[in-house]
Amino acid sequence: MRLRLLCCGAALLLLAACSSTPDESLYSDGSGQLGGPPGPISPDGTIGSADLNGGQPAPGTQEDLELTVGDRVFFDYDSTVLSPVATETLDRQGAWLKQFGSIVITVEGHTDERGTREYNLALGDRRATAVKNYLVALNIAPERILTISYGEERPADPGNDETAWSNNRRAVTVVTTVN
Amino acid sequence: MTLPRSPRARWLPALAWLAACLVLPRAAGAVVELDITEGVVEPVPIAITEFHGQTPAEQKFGRDLADVVTADLARSGLFRPLDRRAFIQSPAELIDLPRFADWRQINAEALVTGVITGGEGGTELAVEFRLWDVFAGNQMRGQRLSGTPDQWRRIAHKIADTIYARLTGEKGYFDSRIVYVAETGPTTDRVKRLAIMDQDGANHEFLTDGGDLVLTPRFHPDGNSLGFMVFRQPVPQVYKYDLLTGREARLGDFGGMTFAPRFSPDGRWLAMSQAENGNSDVYLLDLDSGRKRRLTDHPAIDTSAAFAPDGERLVFNSDRAGSPQLYTMRPDGGDVQRISFNGGNYGSPTWSPRGDLIAFTKITGGVFHIGVMKTDGSDERLLTESQLDEAPTFAPNGRVILFTRKDYRDNHIRLYTVDIAGGQVQELPTPLDASDPDWSPLRP
Repeated sequence: MRLRLLCCGAALLLLAACSSTPDESLYSDGSGQLGGPPGPISPDGTIGSADLNGGQPAPGTQEDLELTVGDRVFFDYDSTVLSPVATETLDRQGAWLKQFGSIVITVEGHTDERGTREYNLALGDRRATAVKNYLVALNIAPERILTISYGEERPADPGNDETAWSNNRRAVTVVTTVN
Repeated sequence: MTLPRSPRARWLPALAWLAACLVLPRAAGAVVELDITEGVVEPVPIAITEFHGQTPAEQKFGRDLADVVTADLARSGLFRPLDRRAFIQSPAELIDLPRFADWRQINAEALVTGVITGGEGGTELAVEFRLWDVFAGNQMRGQRLSGTPDQWRRIAHKIADTIYARLTGEKGYFDSRIVYVAETGPTTDRVKRLAIMDQDGANHEFLTDGGDLVLTPRFHPDGNSLGFMVFRQPVPQVYKYDLLTGREARLGDFGGMTFAPRFSPDGRWLAMSQAENGNSDVYLLDLDSGRKRRLTDHPAIDTSAAFAPDGERLVFNSDRAGSPQLYTMRPDGGDVQRISFNGGNYGSPTWSPRGDLIAFTKITGGVFHIGVMKTDGSDERLLTESQLDEAPTFAPNGRVILFTRKDYRDNHIRLYTVDIAGGQVQELPTPLDASDPDWSPLRP
């Protein structure tokens, strides 16, 4: 019984933590299309183990990266230039990678479908490498950063309009291994 | 000569074909000649009769063969097969010399007749066919072909190729195959499989199971294997798929991603791109030694290299001028020349098997086109227009272009053909969504 009460207490603490409105800028790179509020709490207010995980992601996980740092940056059409918003996100990623020094990441480079398939494989590779180079310049060891290009093969947004295409022109940082 | 029946078949009895064994001396003054060098032409009215057979099985082969020949020629846009119900003479009556007056009466300019023997119970299927000039009243071409009964469609395609060649003066393209990527699943997580089919969509077969993401299959010039790209850990690489055995093998162990494979016309080399530290360049891989030779060394993207049919130059896609454009170069990487100058972005170039044209994807003002230009970049002509057309590949005679179109209304991706002279875009139906086609050479 005592143990159970303690659990509930911890859960309430977490609930309180997640109910404080997060700074929106933490969850997006300014496009307003990313992230969303942290993990859900069931509508009836019950607290279960799922809520313990959903309330606040475990530090050093992919979820933590997505929700508290921002896992992706966006690019203009046919561009690999990192925007000021993108470099802010990458600065946070750099700090996060220093905090969790055993994590190895893969940067996935993606494009929209408004180009040819093979060119887009090359473009996605250049985007992923642009992100890697920026993180390396922040003193993250290059051995900790793998890259892969998916070209236009794995859009995040299935839509057929400029909003969808801009969501798809992205580089996503993915936690690959934790040593 | 032995032919593979299907990718996993071992060996089969020969499809023998004795060209021109029935040709009679051609009379002067024949009127059925089709000049297809000048733009869109009036299709030739042609009567394709059911080939005569003695038994019901032979008669069925006779009907089916005539149907396939009819579909091939009709689809080319250069012929107008006439409705068989208007025919006056029966197949049996046509064993002897046709009554040309009967065919002039329905305005046929050319007449195709034939006789089937065998094909029942696995016996050899033999077909004799003749092409007649209705107005001159003489035979233009005769041929005897034979093969196993399951090769009947190939026999029909070869007959269509012979008719096409005799009447247009250019090689046909009907006895050929198409490899492409079959697509299923949600847009954000497509399952992609290699698939192969005859040029008319028949004999469809999946080659891979969808477990790996596969892209850009390209025929080896012998038609018996493919180069393609596979996303497999740790780095996506180019692979080869053997159509005779069904086996696949990685073409080398390269550090960076390799992609955009295309064979040289002699089959000894594979042009490909390799990405290294964010920069993609074009390489030639020696398929015997496994050694690679770097062709471009430029901080821009260089990819989608494709050989000219004589092997003397390659066309490729580069953004070295700030946007994706087309360039040609020698196979040693020298003498790089830009050939696209008409505004917009260009990509996925491919060289016509005739050597005279380069087809490409062009993106301008948010609209996609398939187009062709001469190999020095002059005389650019846009053949199609849609929200997303890409990945052109030429028929083996260079006359027709097959490409991918995504329809933004229903979100489906399908294959379409267009004649290099322009004109109607026709869908080539596939069982599933389809992209990235490559058209084989004519089969031997």
